[in-house]
Amino acid sequence: MEKFVQVENVQMVFNTRSGRFVALQDVNLNIRQGEFVSIIGHSGCGKSTLLNLVAGLTEATSGVLLLGGREIAGPGPDRAVVFQNHSLLPWLTCFGNVYLAVERVFGRDEGRATLRKRTEDALALVGLSHAMHKYPHEISGGMKQRVGIARALAMQPKVLLLDEPLGALDALTRANLQEELMRLVAGAGTTTIMVTHDVDEAVLLSDRIVMMTNGPAATIGKILDVKLPRPRRRLDLTDDPAYNRCRSEVLKFLYERQHKDAA
Amino acid sequence: MSVVQMAKIKTPPPAPVTDAGAVAAVRAPVSAVPPARDTVRKFLQWILPPVLGMAVFVAIWAMVAAVSDLPGPVKTFDTAVQVFSDPFYDKGPNDQGIGWNVLMSLSRVGIGFGMAALVGIPLGFLIGYFGFLNRAMAPIISVLRPVSPLAWLPIGLYIFKQAQPAAIWVIFISSLWPMVLNTAAGVTQIPQDYRNVGRVLNLSPWKLFSRILFPSVVPYVLTGVRLSVGVAWLVIVAAEMLTGGVGIGFWVWDQWNNLSVQHIIIAIFVVGVVGLLLEQAILLMARRFHY
Ligand SMILES: Nc1ncnc2c1ncn2[C@@H]1O[C@H](COP(=O)(O)OP(=O)(O)OP(=O)(O)O)[C@@H](O)[C@H]1O
Ligand SMILES: [Mg+2]
Repeated sequence: MEKFVQVENVQMVFNTRSGRFVALQDVNLNIRQGEFVSIIGHSGCGKSTLLNLVAGLTEATSGVLLLGGREIAGPGPDRAVVFQNHSLLPWLTCFGNVYLAVERVFGRDEGRATLRKRTEDALALVGLSHAMHKYPHEISGGMKQRVGIARALAMQPKVLLLDEPLGALDALTRANLQEELMRLVAGAGTTTIMVTHDVDEAVLLSDRIVMMTNGPAATIGKILDVKLPRPRRRLDLTDDPAYNRCRSEVLKFLYERQHKDAA
Repeated sequence: MSVVQMAKIKTPPPAPVTDAGAVAAVRAPVSAVPPARDTVRKFLQWILPPVLGMAVFVAIWAMVAAVSDLPGPVKTFDTAVQVFSDPFYDKGPNDQGIGWNVLMSLSRVGIGFGMAALVGIPLGFLIGYFGFLNRAMAPIISVLRPVSPLAWLPIGLYIFKQAQPAAIWVIFISSLWPMVLNTAAGVTQIPQDYRNVGRVLNLSPWKLFSRILFPSVVPYVLTGVRLSVGVAWLVIVAAEMLTGGVGIGFWVWDQWNNLSVQHIIIAIFVVGVVGLLLEQAILLMARRFHY
């Protein structure tokens, strides 16, 4: 297995007011190019922390993270992030938010018309053509998340980092975007790491599901290979035994971990 | 505006609202359109307290005037009608209409404040952005800031040898600090989320400044501007009393020498109203930048 993203012996310690807090300990993970990996675990276990490390937004206390064999030294547009809280700039319209990213990535080689087209296409992709010129405070939480996704996709990153990107969406929009996302990353061969709380979402989208133990000193408890053929269709999967096996395995992990803590 | 709101003015603006719930709460009252009768009642409820307050104030004033030498409301009003009937007369350097005096004071405030903004806002950005500069400037600012602005007047007179630039110098110094400090505070309080966007995109310094730093600091800058203008307007009256020339402060002093107390009372009202208008103008501007 050729490794594209490598996480080796990573430990993450936060210095808090009440002393050192070990968030992650002994995290090891290798991800192939083009692979779709989901991270699932209880709230506060350190999923966002791990994602930020891959993004380069924070630096590991010890251990190394590599991308394509080179150490991740800081953030960059080759690793687009969809933040948990969408992080749109409130003084730019939806268009402006996406355009800022597009301009940064393609501005050197392309004219303004092409950049505008890219931005419009990205927003159309998430179904927001009509809200293009609205400001973030004028749209709903789910719409904001979709703008965040459009911004990340428009950058055509090598690695797409998604932190609960579909959390604030209703079931139908969510299902649509899941399919859209699946199609897009498969088409572009984008390596994707997605944090999610939704077991069905994880099984539907992922090649592998990384299950994390509870913190402090959280680590990877188990990795599940999802061996379902692609393209996957939600409706075909609902009574697929392999799908349901994966599903119950993840659920069992989450449930038992919680139990162990409570005991 | 209520007294409670006035007290709040000194606090920095709340962090830009990103929470959808908070925005909805702010917008909600607008969407409910009450029937006409309610509107009338609302209007009365809104207008009655301030009108009543003013009436009580004028009544107390009249009573105090009745038992002392202080000119009463009626006498003052008559003089005011006279004063405002010809605000822009010009009978030589020491006798000009109140309009000229106010405009001269405003122009001094404008120049002094404008220069302070040109220096203070960029300085605030640098101090907020570079921790080293922040630490380097902290002792200087902490020592100079509490100094009464008028203490700088002799220095100004000594350096410039003239009243006009000395008065402007005092305005400059006194309106500098609020802008420096508020801008710097704004820079240090840029939400990590916005910084992260800039970092992930790896924006060029110019884009980082124009798309992320500047827009998120503007509300703080405007708070600084508002406090600065307020201080400048407070200080100009005192400075002009000392320096002379044409200006509302000097006008007050001149009327004192003439023992014309009605004119002093009128000047106090004029100073108050102009200060209020300045503040409201900036608040209006600030509202446009409330994301
Ligand atoms: N900057 C920080 N300083 C101190 N502690 C932190 C910091 N960031 C995260 N933590 C702690 O690290 C742990 C993991 O946080 P993290 O945000 O990664 O959780 P998460 O798995 O993403 O949770 P959720 O599902 O609720 O988003 C938490 O206990 C949190 O309190
Ligand atoms: Mg998280």
